[in-house]
Amino acid sequence: MGNLVSKLSLSRRDLLLLLAFGAAVLLMPLWLSPFGAAYPDLLQKFVIYAIFAVGFNLLFGLTGYLSFGHAAFLGAGSYAAVWSFKLLSMDALPALIFAVAISGIFALVIGYLSLRRSGIYFSILTLAFAQMSYNLAYSVLTPITNGETGLQLALDDPRVLDRALGPQPEGLPVPHLLGLELTGYTGFFFCALVLILAFYITVKIFSSPFGLMLRAIKSNQNRMGYMGFDTKPYALTVFVISGMFAGLAGALLAITDPLAGAERMQWTASGEVVLMTILGGVGTLVGPALGAVVIKYFENIFSAFNDQILSNAFAFVPEGLRETVVAIVGKFVGEGWHLTLGLIFVLVVVFLPGGIMEGIRRIMSLFRRAQRPAKGAPARIQPAE
Amino acid sequence: MSHTKVFGRRSVLRGGLAGILATSTMPLFFTRGAYAQEFCNAPTGDTVTFGFNLPLTGAYAEEGADEQKAYELAVKHLNGEGDGGLINTLKPTVLKGNGLLGKKVVFVTGDTATKADQARASATRMIERDGAIMITGGSSSSEAIAVQGLCQEMGVIFMAGLTHSNDTTGKDKKRYGFRHFFNAYMSGIALGPELAKAYGKDRRAYHLTADYTWGWTQEESMRQATEALGWQTAQAVKTPLGAGDFSQYLTPVLNSGADVLILNHYGNDMVNSLTQAVQFGMRDKQVNGKQFEIVVPLFSELMAKGAGPAIKGIFGTSNWHWALPDEGSKAFTKSFGAEYGSPPSQAAHTAYVQAILYADAVERAGTFYPPAVIKALEDFEFDGAGNGPTLYRGADHQCFKNVLVVRGNESPTSQYDVLNVVREVPREEVTYDPAIFGGDLGPAEPVPLCA
Repeated sequence: MGNLVSKLSLSRRDLLLLLAFGAAVLLMPLWLSPFGAAYPDLLQKFVIYAIFAVGFNLLFGLTGYLSFGHAAFLGAGSYAAVWSFKLLSMDALPALIFAVAISGIFALVIGYLSLRRSGIYFSILTLAFAQMSYNLAYSVLTPITNGETGLQLALDDPRVLDRALGPQPEGLPVPHLLGLELTGYTGFFFCALVLILAFYITVKIFSSPFGLMLRAIKSNQNRMGYMGFDTKPYALTVFVISGMFAGLAGALLAITDPLAGAERMQWTASGEVVLMTILGGVGTLVGPALGAVVIKYFENIFSAFNDQILSNAFAFVPEGLRETVVAIVGKFVGEGWHLTLGLIFVLVVVFLPGGIMEGIRRIMSLFRRAQRPAKGAPARIQPAE
Repeated sequence: MSHTKVFGRRSVLRGGLAGILATSTMPLFFTRGAYAQEFCNAPTGDTVTFGFNLPLTGAYAEEGADEQKAYELAVKHLNGEGDGGLINTLKPTVLKGNGLLGKKVVFVTGDTATKADQARASATRMIERDGAIMITGGSSSSEAIAVQGLCQEMGVIFMAGLTHSNDTTGKDKKRYGFRHFFNAYMSGIALGPELAKAYGKDRRAYHLTADYTWGWTQEESMRQATEALGWQTAQAVKTPLGAGDFSQYLTPVLNSGADVLILNHYGNDMVNSLTQAVQFGMRDKQVNGKQFEIVVPLFSELMAKGAGPAIKGIFGTSNWHWALPDEGSKAFTKSFGAEYGSPPSQAAHTAYVQAILYADAVERAGTFYPPAVIKALEDFEFDGAGNGPTLYRGADHQCFKNVLVVRGNESPTSQYDVLNVVREVPREEVTYDPAIFGGDLGPAEPVPLCA
């Protein structure tokens, strides 16, 4: 075990976190089934959007640069992956490499331009670039993106590598990893492994000198400048890394379901990842992934409740009252799931500014205090701001 | 921090044992039932689940709500509740109103938000989690095409709801996808001669087109049909779906020298663009010495109601109209009206008919096995569903039936009496060769096994 620690070169605390995180992710099909969420498609969404949010948190959580246009990289990754399926091969590896590279280049260009400003101007710039990409994908670049209909596989795609390797089976091919078809639970476990790898990289960045530098940018960029550090290359590097995480997530979306639509780039999608990160806990390691799971759960499960399901759930309420209860609750589920999400978001931001992770931390410290009541809390060290 | 001696021997042993236990029991959870069924979601209990994938939010939400009513009515009729509706008039049929192959029909719903991505996500949920044997619904062609592709991969039959793009049963047709609704090409053939009769053969048309698969094929078909009459096309401009405000697209129309505006819009988009065009006073203008006219190739009662007085005298086509005099239309309008207090829209009609036709095919096949059901639907000839004699063509899974040319009512007697049927174009006139759109249905067997 000590060997593993030195191989991964993680601190004991980080290693435990990584192991617990990995176990929680891989066992999702078990612990999510009481919540009605243990079916492959949703599980895939959970882990893919967790990658997206974890990557977003690298930028936002560490440097404090709030990008409002991250969906552009997700979309670019999806399009790149589907084109790789269409032109090269149905194998997932070229698609992943292609998608990460394209979204990295994309992030380099947008990041180079946007990072000339900070604060709200940076956010607006990224939002503008993302909306531009969305509109390009939606109507201008329809030969590449197929507009609103979305880019899909076709029977007569070239698929040069696949065809060179032998005759193709009848019907539309399915994305695979060296022959292993990535559908259903296989697809989920593949995405889960990628998420654990992405999480490992994140942990490494958080504990590296590079991560420290990024935190320094967040706490006071001007001071860094006066001390003679050029912060720009650091910010740009993490912006590109974060964009590549988004591209990776986009590629996985395409791998589990080979379709890329322009709405993946829309500002609502960019806003969603901001919500995930804030809901889970900005700047924490696990928080964004948790936030992604919560939001995707609401989007898929709460939105599916209809009045029929509700009146079954409230079967214990007497007849006349039941309709009223169902009518009131019905406003918060089904089409109204945004309302519930908004309420939860408001509650979290007001009472737990650090997100769900802060709630967990508070509960943990409550237990710790109960165990050791005699020990006084250590004095908090405040930076002189 | 120290990197040595992190775990003791005991904790490693304990952890390892737990891991082994978890991995060895995992297959029990994941592959539950995988050996019991030979196709996706084979019904095992005493119920069979339909999945209704509906746009409850977004640009086509109103159509989605009406489709939902129709589907719920269809389920009632299939289970022998209510007055039976179309089951009494459909010929031939083996449906008896006692469920499907002795199983009670139940349903699950999902919101597509009028988006292809979301539609696929909710269809997958209904197939993977809720065990839907068949997916039906949708009010946009991009949804229909996206979900149809998914259903082909999963081996679940998809009965398309309202989708009018040529691609649905053209270049994107799928073995597991079926469409009862008519398409843009048929609209063009049916509408062309009526337009020539009303507006003459020397016209210049300006197209505003919803920018997605349906809009594109609709524009193409309308251009073909009108240019064959001798009309010219001044310009064709694409507008984003759900734009809301169309004034920036409408302003250049009058300066372009065009004297007809063709709105390839649907749902809320059409309501907005048409109302704005009328507010701009376009219909009172004289261009090239002729009265300026507006045409909406695909019309529905819901849109007509939404656009209010703006639709008076405007030409378009419809799949079906509640005031049709045949037995099937009367029966359906009656039971829908009794249930919900309003006449059904064409979206509701096509949704209802699709659910009934699927059920009928299952009864005739005597099994839920998708390839057998597909065989039962292909080249099925029936009558009494509201459009006269209809053929489900096997070559492209498109229904062929009469197409209605309609015109906005000048003097409506009620809020539902908004469209007049100008001509019922017979099925022979709108039938075309499936080869013109290309595409490939793909195989029915081997049946893909969904997860």
